[in-house]
Amino acid sequence: MKGKVPRTVDEFMAWAWAMEVEAVERYEELAEQMLTHHNAEVATLFARLARIEGKHRDQIAQQMGWTRPPDTGSFHWRTPEGPETTDYGDLHYLMQPYHALKLAEHNEERAAQFFEHFAAAKLPADVRAAAAAMAAEEREHVRLIREWLAKYPEPEPGWDEDPDPPAVAD
Amino acid sequence: MTGMLTHADFKSDIKPVWCPGCGDFGVVNALTKALAKMELRPENVAVVSGIGCSSRIPAYTSCYGFHGVHGRALAAGTGLKVARPDLTVIVTGGDGDGYSIGGNHFLHACRRNVDLTYIVMDNRVYGMTKGQPSPTTEPDWDSKLSPEGTGLREFHPMMMALTAGANFIARAFTGDPNGLADVIVQAVRHPGFSFVEVLSPCVTFRPEQRDWKKLVKHDALKPATDIARAARRMLRDTGFDLGVLYAGDRRPYEPRGRREQRAVAALEARFTP
Repeated sequence: MKGKVPRTVDEFMAWAWAMEVEAVERYEELAEQMLTHHNAEVATLFARLARIEGKHRDQIAQQMGWTRPPDTGSFHWRTPEGPETTDYGDLHYLMQPYHALKLAEHNEERAAQFFEHFAAAKLPADVRAAAAAMAAEEREHVRLIREWLAKYPEPEPGWDEDPDPPAVAD
Repeated sequence: MTGMLTHADFKSDIKPVWCPGCGDFGVVNALTKALAKMELRPENVAVVSGIGCSSRIPAYTSCYGFHGVHGRALAAGTGLKVARPDLTVIVTGGDGDGYSIGGNHFLHACRRNVDLTYIVMDNRVYGMTKGQPSPTTEPDWDSKLSPEGTGLREFHPMMMALTAGANFIARAFTGDPNGLADVIVQAVRHPGFSFVEVLSPCVTFRPEQRDWKKLVKHDALKPATDIARAARRMLRDTGFDLGVLYAGDRRPYEPRGRREQRAVAALEARFTP
């Protein structure tokens, strides 16, 4: 977040919640993009990642006892988007589950680093404790994604070559 | 719709058909966020476009939309704003649509200074028609359709907008949808003709544009109110400097009470039972 640090656990968890909301929305969008381009396998994977992040989002709200979403309208990430949000530009219509999981791994890693930063910052002890707990959860997610990744070998070079490419030559 | 709206309320049920990786997804994201942030309502906003990949945008929003004729989006948008000044008019399109066949409309829209916002998604190529060079394509861009490049100097949209009289000029990047949303909010709120040049990679015909995220310089441009100062700043422009270049105070064209509006009122009266 630009120019702000969380001073209360409520404020900090609102950021964590906002991060999950943005990640869920993006994974859902990416699943739709892949479906539009008939890449059903990766679409299913992105939809699954959206559901996983959605559970995390709901878990935060439940833990905080929020009956309505916290106000996140004035939030600004330091990075262009939230740490757990996939960049639209990282997609390819021929991508495979391996590539989608590499993106997810990158996102979880950034999320862990984001929370670790606050866990180590000069902040009230209860905020640092909440940040440490969130960081531990994201580290666990990194581990799980890596386990998942092990099921998919890295595609050979040329995976993005289309025998019927969109560009015309004559 | 009642109550506070979120960006999702500004999205339609139609799913974009753009290539995965296309920058234009970031523009839909930013535009809908900006409209929600300004607490506008879809029924009070019109999104007008021409022809091209990016010109599909009106269909992807829940606002009023008009997918018009190639290069004529600004003409349609200007007419709409003059007839219905109560609407927030956003004109959208690409570099081919806006700077080539629509180039003349672009210059005169800047000059007229009607209170609307023009968002151009610039990918320096005609994507929809399979990758021909556009007015902003680099002269040495070597492709199957332009072997060894065109050799033609590229158009500089921001400089053209500045000299032609646009009242607000900015550049943003689709890889930063939240930053782009902020720029769109400023553009819509600024009176007169606001021009937002958006660097929007075409990953299919210009895959090298995936590297734009490493080249852009956030907040490199600071808003000047003096045209000469803004012009001098443009002489040092890398093409990847982001931010607001110019925010002028020229009075917008004010249609209220003018002949154009009276003509619309007369026309409406004919259809009123």
